[in-house]
Amino acid sequence: MAAPARTLINVPQKAKRGDVILIRSLISHVMENGFRIDNTGKPIPRNIITSLVCTYNGTEIFNATLHPAISANPFITFHTVATESGTIAFKWTGDNGFQAEASAQITVE
Amino acid sequence: MTPVAGARIAVLGTTLLGLAVMAFVTSRAEIALDQRRSSYEDMSHDTKAMQDDDLTNPAMLSVLDGEALWTAKAGASGKSCADCHGDAKASMKGVAARYPALDAATGRPVNLEQRINLSRERDQKAAPFRYESAEMLALTAYIALQSRGQPIDPPKDERLAPFREKGRALFEQRIGQLNLSCAQCHDDNWGKSLAGNLIPQAHPTGYPIYRLEWQSLGSLQRRLRNCMTGVRAEPFAFGALEYVELELFLMWRARRMTMESPGVRP
Repeated sequence: MAAPARTLINVPQKAKRGDVILIRSLISHVMENGFRIDNTGKPIPRNIITSLVCTYNGTEIFNATLHPAISANPFITFHTVATESGTIAFKWTGDNGFQAEASAQITVE
Repeated sequence: MTPVAGARIAVLGTTLLGLAVMAFVTSRAEIALDQRRSSYEDMSHDTKAMQDDDLTNPAMLSVLDGEALWTAKAGASGKSCADCHGDAKASMKGVAARYPALDAATGRPVNLEQRINLSRERDQKAAPFRYESAEMLALTAYIALQSRGQPIDPPKDERLAPFREKGRALFEQRIGQLNLSCAQCHDDNWGKSLAGNLIPQAHPTGYPIYRLEWQSLGSLQRRLRNCMTGVRAEPFAFGALEYVELELFLMWRARRMTMESPGVRP
């Protein structure tokens, strides 16, 4: 589907200052690895997400470089420390100018 | 087909051959109702966790697309699904658990995908979705989600009986170069191994499923094709009456089991 990529992100809505929190992200993408051929023998060009950057109130807290061996619809999860209330934002970029963004709010008490 | 997949099917073939011989010795026939189990129960802890959480189940990405399609205007009528059916959460509750059902106009059973396309053609005056297209899978996943947790409840319509019986006959008929029927694996030898994989009872409780091997969502008919090519039989075309009859029988065989759609399978 030519529709924009769908994302599902999970950030706790509330946390205590200093808590270790789990961040989870899922994005729809075919992650075509570039090594396969189609029915006519022509190579299917590579089409993958190449990077995920996650920021917490503008400060980068996590980044990942993705490679062809990662399966479709990458699910990436990591921990961070809840420091302040604000926005946790995700940005995915990839082949053919692929871009997607998503964000979630967190309240730190 | 990739070389790896080809090799896998070759291995599968050899094992199926072994099973065919074994099947003569251990025939258990139809599974008792209280012995039935969803293949969910045999999945790894991680795969179960993936299905259980809507934020990790990759099928939920398609559900979001399906939700958008539900309210998108389509065709010459300029109507969306929601314009007639309202909120899917109420109007589509339990619907997927009742399909395939009889289409009164043609007197034939239709599955959920075909029902969607009939509505598109008759009511929305829109082009039908192609089988296994992202749109079709998304919309079926969204509709099937509304039946999650409900018991499978095949229609009691007597006019469906002959079709269901044809489905049963297909289930029990030996097919393909390996000369195996569905029943020989899924009734007689479930719980045993086939090329390192567990043979499930084949209850369609979670369709459309997100299959890790496919790295995508797929319909029950795609899964049936999978088994047919596995025994080296010629698969039917998508949407063929034979498949619908088989679906009808499989849903009856899984009656009162709980819907899990959209499921995750290895």
